[in-house]
Amino acid sequence: MNVIHRNHTKKKLFVLLILAFGLLLIAIFADYLCPYDPYEQNLNLAKQPPSASHLLGTDMLGRDLLSRIIIGSRSSIFSVLLLIGIVSVFGTCFGILCGWQGGRFDSIAMRISDLFLAFPGLVFAMAVAGVLGGGLHNAVIALAAISWPKYARLARGQTLAQRDLPYLAAARLAGCNHWQLIFRHILPNILGPVFVTATLDIGTMLMELAGLSYLDLGAKVPMAEWGSMMSNGRSMLQTAPWIILGPGGAIFISVVIFNLLGDTLRDYLDPRQRGQI
Amino acid sequence: MKKYAVKRLIQLIPILLGITFLSYGMMRLAGSDAITQLYENIGIAVSPEIIEEAKAKLGLDQPFLTQYFVWLRNLLQGDMGTSFISGKDVFHTFVSKLPATVLLTCSSVITTIVIAIPLGILSAVHQNKTIDYLVRFFSFIGNALPNFFVALLLMYVFAIRMKLLPVISSNTDFCSIILPTVTLSISMASKYTRQVRTVVLEELGKDYVQGARARGVKESVILWRNVLRASILSIITLLALSIGSLLGGTAIVENIFMWDGVGKLAVDSIVMRDYPVIQAYVIWMAMIYVFVNFITDCIYRYLDPRVRLEGGGL
Repeated sequence: MNVIHRNHTKKKLFVLLILAFGLLLIAIFADYLCPYDPYEQNLNLAKQPPSASHLLGTDMLGRDLLSRIIIGSRSSIFSVLLLIGIVSVFGTCFGILCGWQGGRFDSIAMRISDLFLAFPGLVFAMAVAGVLGGGLHNAVIALAAISWPKYARLARGQTLAQRDLPYLAAARLAGCNHWQLIFRHILPNILGPVFVTATLDIGTMLMELAGLSYLDLGAKVPMAEWGSMMSNGRSMLQTAPWIILGPGGAIFISVVIFNLLGDTLRDYLDPRQRGQI
Repeated sequence: MKKYAVKRLIQLIPILLGITFLSYGMMRLAGSDAITQLYENIGIAVSPEIIEEAKAKLGLDQPFLTQYFVWLRNLLQGDMGTSFISGKDVFHTFVSKLPATVLLTCSSVITTIVIAIPLGILSAVHQNKTIDYLVRFFSFIGNALPNFFVALLLMYVFAIRMKLLPVISSNTDFCSIILPTVTLSISMASKYTRQVRTVVLEELGKDYVQGARARGVKESVILWRNVLRASILSIITLLALSIGSLLGGTAIVENIFMWDGVGKLAVDSIVMRDYPVIQAYVIWMAMIYVFVNFITDCIYRYLDPRVRLEGGGL
């Protein structure tokens, strides 16, 4: 039974990895995939409903929505992946150091992360983005500021749990120095949960980045970004609902893929939790 | 209990100080020159002497820490400065808009509880049956929809197509709170249902449940008397934790439905770079969040005799 389950999870993981990789490929080759120029305006074609020539319709400036969504995947997906990459590496290193070092350094560092956690996430991100003054880069920085403590806490907890296990004492007796202990022994053992958290975070961050852009705190006009495209389409909701449906659907599909990937990854790495969360 | 509450309140002081310090520092960094900003907004070119003089008058030539403490003293007296844009007192503007947001938050929390707790329990009890899959499916979908997308979809269907509910909220009638509340509850309930399900499942898997079953205690008695009583603590804690994302979510949703609360005020001021108002928003939201967590801790302690009797438990 268990073996069957595991094979099933493996297959699921494989399919989802291909889907996620497909999204990434779309983002990488966005330039070649667009049927039209995503920035070319043509007022004669403004607000066309979906048709054979414009599969998802056009927006109020006559730009092809499908092309804009494809190009938008670059700003949305790339910036989120970059964000998660940097934040998870930084947060994890910081957390391991805290857990390993202990003592005063640890307690000061944890108080600092407490402070960041005391702000409701998006509120703080909005303020940071507001202070820095909008733009996609600044929105990413704002989201980074709110998301690092999660990784730091996770890595710290895991490190603390590993620190006193016998295998580490054995490694130490075998003559490993601090760095070897951390990188060769602790890191591989705590990487699983960090990886799962990071994958699940991709979906959340995609939505929050789009949210900031929706509020005009992220990508600036005319840059194609899913959130800001929806914000532009908002006033046309009555006459041209497809302007928000396209980008909204794109966000939804990407979030679904990454969330499923995260869930499946967790099942795969930690079969005990299967079907529980 | 009283002693514990006081102790926890004292522990909150450094956090609150940190919150104010961080907010103050951030806004100072941004609008490093409130005066220059102010004149820029009015649109007059002024000589550097006048700016220096105005700065000295407001104490802006003092060292950073001195300024911070002066600002903090004013804050404690309810003086959060005046808005760069409207010139009105920030504290009063803020307090006048707060009830609308609190109302929206409360209605969303209540809706979430009403939806998520029964569904979570139902889904845990019928694990891996059709109903469980259905609940999990919908909570998964709800989790993957950004709340502004939900808001726009609901608006399109119920306000524009079916014309059942108003597009723009007016804060006064019952109908206008429905769409914002539903929007916020959908994303919050989808997360929360999953969490409730996990908590209840975990409790159902414990040995004592099996023991009770073996002794022939009825399923319903086990569920209501034992399992739910034991899981209610985690359920409350998780709810308090999700208030944080709710507070952020209100900003977006208020903006879409033109709900006249602090979230809309904050977004408007961010767009116009009205730093005193942004500052007030961050501080207020953080304080609300911290106090919600404080109250949760107290409730937790009150409800769980184990934590209470251990004495420490901090």
